[in-house]
Amino acid sequence: MSTTEIDRQWTTRLRKRVAGKLPPEKLLPDTQPTYVSSWIYVFGVTTMAALGVVIASGCLLALRGPQWWHTSSVGHFVNSLHLWSVEIFFFAMVIHLWGKYFMAAWRGGRALTWMTGVVTFLTSIATAFTGYVSQSNFDSQWISTQAKDGINSTGAGAFWNVLNSGQMLMWHIVLLPIAAVALTALHVLLVRIKGVVPPFEKTTEVTQ
Amino acid sequence: MSSFGLLAAIWPLTTLGHYVSWHVIQISVANLIVIILMVVTFIVALFAPFPGRRRRKENP
Repeated sequence: MSTTEIDRQWTTRLRKRVAGKLPPEKLLPDTQPTYVSSWIYVFGVTTMAALGVVIASGCLLALRGPQWWHTSSVGHFVNSLHLWSVEIFFFAMVIHLWGKYFMAAWRGGRALTWMTGVVTFLTSIATAFTGYVSQSNFDSQWISTQAKDGINSTGAGAFWNVLNSGQMLMWHIVLLPIAAVALTALHVLLVRIKGVVPPFEKTTEVTQ
Repeated sequence: MSSFGLLAAIWPLTTLGHYVSWHVIQISVANLIVIILMVVTFIVALFAPFPGRRRRKENP
């Protein structure tokens, strides 16, 4: 195979493009700019750490099932771990959102980074909601019957039935987590490609 | 009485929730506390000194 033919392969072109946009030293950098030394930058990584615990505890719940998480003490513990890691996830994510909003983090060609964060936030809300209706207890029955009117008023109830516990469980443990994790990965890769947004320049006052 | 029973006796979780109402806004006390905690954490994160920052400034 000639060099020209190799260069025209889609695998070669894709590899060169990825390596050009995200070389290893940019993907896993040794240092960060000085302005990143602030507590406000910690909440993004806290959100991801909490997401890790959410996924791990969710996998344990999926392994053992509702009988286990409703009746055994270890099941109760893992169920609580799942709930409280979600609480920390949203707590940290909202502070991260506020921080980035006031920094206008979409500056310098970072609009896609900002938008993937927004869509991840919305996806996470849907994931949490389907979790509330998947608990398989009276609480989930109450929430789903209250929510159905709201969902039906939007027209989405035709294909997204909150009273269908099987459908809600599948959305909660398959579709939405895949979307949330994939969007988070894309968000982090975009941060790596574009770098962390720098602070605003200090404005100098001009005396008349 | 187990420790959980004792905790439940001190802090009953089966009673009706408490709500704060202000004009059209109605929010549970629990949610309000979480929002206040988030605001406080945000402000602290802005102004609290980050470990190692001063050292990095002295030795760039």
